[in-house]
Amino acid sequence: MPLLELSGVQARYGALQALHGINLTVDEGEIVAVLGANGAGKTTTLRAVSGTVKTNGNIVFGGERIGGHGPEAVAREGIAHVPEGRGTFADLTVRENLRLGAHVRPRGKAKADYDRVLRRFPILAERQRQAAGTLSGGEQQQLALARALMQRPKLLLLDEPSLGLAPRVVAEIFRTVAELNEEDGLSVLVVEQNANLALETSSRAYVLEVGRVAVAGTSAELRRHESVRRSYLGY
Amino acid sequence: MVFAADWAGFAQQVVGGLASGGIYAMLALALVLIYRSTGVVNFAQGEMAMFTTFLAWALVQHGVGYWGAVALTVLIAFAGGIALERVIIRPVERAPALTIAIVTLGLFFLLNGAAFWIWSPEQKYLRSAFSTRPVEIAGVQISIQDLGVIAVAVAAATLLAVLFRFTKVGLAMRAVVANPDSSRLLGIRVGWMLALGWGLAAALGSVAGLLTASPSFDQSFMQPVLLYAFAGAILGGIDSALGAVVGSLLLGVFLNVVTSLDTLGLGWTIDNDLRLPAALAVILLVLLIRPSGLFGTAQVTRA
Amino acid sequence: MKAVARNAVRVLLIGVAIAVMIVLPSYVSDFHSRDLAQAGVFFIAIVGLNIVTGYAGQISLGHGALMAIGGYTTANLVAHHGLRDVWTIPLAGLLTGVIGLLVGLPALRLSGLYLALATFGLSVAMPSILKHFSGVTGGDLGLRLVEEAPDKITGLSGTVTIWGYTLTQNHFLYYLTWSIALVLLVAAWALLRSGTGRAFRAIRDSELAAESFGVNRALYKTLAFGISGFYAGVAGSLLVVSAEIVNPLSFTFLLSITLLVGTVVGGLGSLSGMIVGAFFLEYLPDLSDRVSRAPGVASIVYGAVIILVMIALPGGAGGALKRFSEPLTTRLYTRSQ
Repeated sequence: MPLLELSGVQARYGALQALHGINLTVDEGEIVAVLGANGAGKTTTLRAVSGTVKTNGNIVFGGERIGGHGPEAVAREGIAHVPEGRGTFADLTVRENLRLGAHVRPRGKAKADYDRVLRRFPILAERQRQAAGTLSGGEQQQLALARALMQRPKLLLLDEPSLGLAPRVVAEIFRTVAELNEEDGLSVLVVEQNANLALETSSRAYVLEVGRVAVAGTSAELRRHESVRRSYLGY
Repeated sequence: MVFAADWAGFAQQVVGGLASGGIYAMLALALVLIYRSTGVVNFAQGEMAMFTTFLAWALVQHGVGYWGAVALTVLIAFAGGIALERVIIRPVERAPALTIAIVTLGLFFLLNGAAFWIWSPEQKYLRSAFSTRPVEIAGVQISIQDLGVIAVAVAAATLLAVLFRFTKVGLAMRAVVANPDSSRLLGIRVGWMLALGWGLAAALGSVAGLLTASPSFDQSFMQPVLLYAFAGAILGGIDSALGAVVGSLLLGVFLNVVTSLDTLGLGWTIDNDLRLPAALAVILLVLLIRPSGLFGTAQVTRA
Repeated sequence: MKAVARNAVRVLLIGVAIAVMIVLPSYVSDFHSRDLAQAGVFFIAIVGLNIVTGYAGQISLGHGALMAIGGYTTANLVAHHGLRDVWTIPLAGLLTGVIGLLVGLPALRLSGLYLALATFGLSVAMPSILKHFSGVTGGDLGLRLVEEAPDKITGLSGTVTIWGYTLTQNHFLYYLTWSIALVLLVAAWALLRSGTGRAFRAIRDSELAAESFGVNRALYKTLAFGISGFYAGVAGSLLVVSAEIVNPLSFTFLLSITLLVGTVVGGLGSLSGMIVGAFFLEYLPDLSDRVSRAPGVASIVYGAVIILVMIALPGGAGGALKRFSEPLTTRLYTRSQ
């Protein structure tokens, strides 16, 4: 049974229909990428999973139907959503941001998680007491990731981690995500404009067009796929 | 020209000013608390405090001891604030700020009317929390009551600061103020955090009311206090808790000094009747010169 | 085709409304006509307030003070300068309009809460200001037109004869108020449809965007205050013409709050809603009295109604009207499962 399954998921923003019936799965231990042009519905798909947007259709996580649950509940079920633009609290310190990540965890567990996270992201350890807004873009992305990890999620939703970051920094972020997946078995659903990097890191991918799944398959297949190559990989 | 400065008198006025400033500060903190979390000014803050003060009085009338009544009142205020947010504010949480502001205006009328309906309009008497005797410090007679009020205000502000900096709940509330959407994604129940803010604000207000109520009070007694709290909050910066406290203390001292300039040997002073217009003048001046106040950061013009 | 039908319905409704207003005094008691005239005063004031707050997006809690200026202008011109009361109405409007322009100046730097507080300060300070300039305003005691210039009060004898028709004074006041209201309503409608109206809405929706489109923010913000000041002045003037008496407590900050509440209940950005707002302001205190004469009940009802209306109809009556006249769009999705 897949960890996450979307069937016939529709979503609207007011009068605008953003998703027309998405079918998508993420198995445990997988990294799945969602590609597509701007406005294709990639971000909306993640929002549908985290309950940030109202949906029709079925969303099943770990055997439970979560469609219709609000984001506060979904976070408690074990899904961490790192939104577009990171969503870090600029005026709070790195330490406070991380502590907030542990909000859903029972008392007492946070300390051990905190130490683990700082070991994985040594930069953050250095900047613990700094305001999050003073961090560089790449560091903020790390902070957002680290904060999500503090939730000890079963599934990580990553929205456009490469946004506004230099290529080298982006590569590092994706390397970290791959490590988390290999070492900790973290399942990841990542939305990315940078199709190359996304397809390298993920095992499977979906290409969205105008709110529907246009192409789906293993990342290897997609990299060879004619129209995907031309539209998203540039060759 | 002979300057007959009455330094002892002046010192008394300053201490008294700090005390009244302390009361304004608690109400101002309540205003800032709600403003920062919901972006709305709660025009009913004063009437909420008035209502809870009447409740305290009623408890005492029914034989509850003063301190018991105080404790009970603060708890009732806290619960009442939470209830108000969940029942009246939650339906309009997403509406424009003006709509929510009008709702708080409606609450103002509601509570005001309720107080007149339940209790008669004559003055009510409530004992002071502190002894009204003076104590001598450095040759000056200082009222213990003033010192007590200052102590309570400082304690309240400190407790609040500790809550926000060092507790999980306080941190969650700060997150909600900074970015409610991100907070939701972290599992923070934003609605309840807002309700908590209202509860704390109501509790603060209830303390302010109890301190203002002695020796006597009636249904209108918190209205000028609300105006002074506004003035203090605007002076300090409506989105700054520190500003609310500093601004209110400054305002309290300013108003006392300016209505007792004769203690400085100036032979003349501004009439006590003009306290309210003086506070108003402060509001207008701050808005004209430096709208964000001493510590505020808010964008005052929609640029 | 649908737009034409909608407009036809609108014109029809307005025609019916006007017809009703014309014959209404014949069906209600003479005293009641005075109340209806008062509703007209509220109507004019909140149409003006709607222009500056609902359409130009500038919050004003100072319109009570502006009404005071209009009212006192009329009182002063009648009592001290011997003008006939009705001729002072346009003058009061003009003077208040100019003052409104001045009030608009600080509005250039402030907005939202800060503007609300600044204008609120004006309302709170106005009674003291009025008391201070006692030579002009009659100070604490105000001005009583019956004593100072009884011959300049139209209808003091009990009846008014115009163009051969004899009306009671109350009926005269009713028709005077509502004809002025109609004229000003049409003027507002025309203004808001024009380029100026579009400039107002642009500023309301985003001052930065408006500026980048070449809208002169300073000009239109002050203009909005000036125009709504004119309306407030006319309203205040009519109030005094009817009451024949004025004192500093006739226009307190409570009035400013009341006007804003009436505007929001009627619907910001909706002219047609203002009728509802005006009648709400005029008759709700009466209704509360009927519920119970016990102290405080009027306020309780008033407050409760305000809260309920804001919860159920955040767009006010005007917003509800719009929702009924447009076809319902597809239902919002319910949360799945």
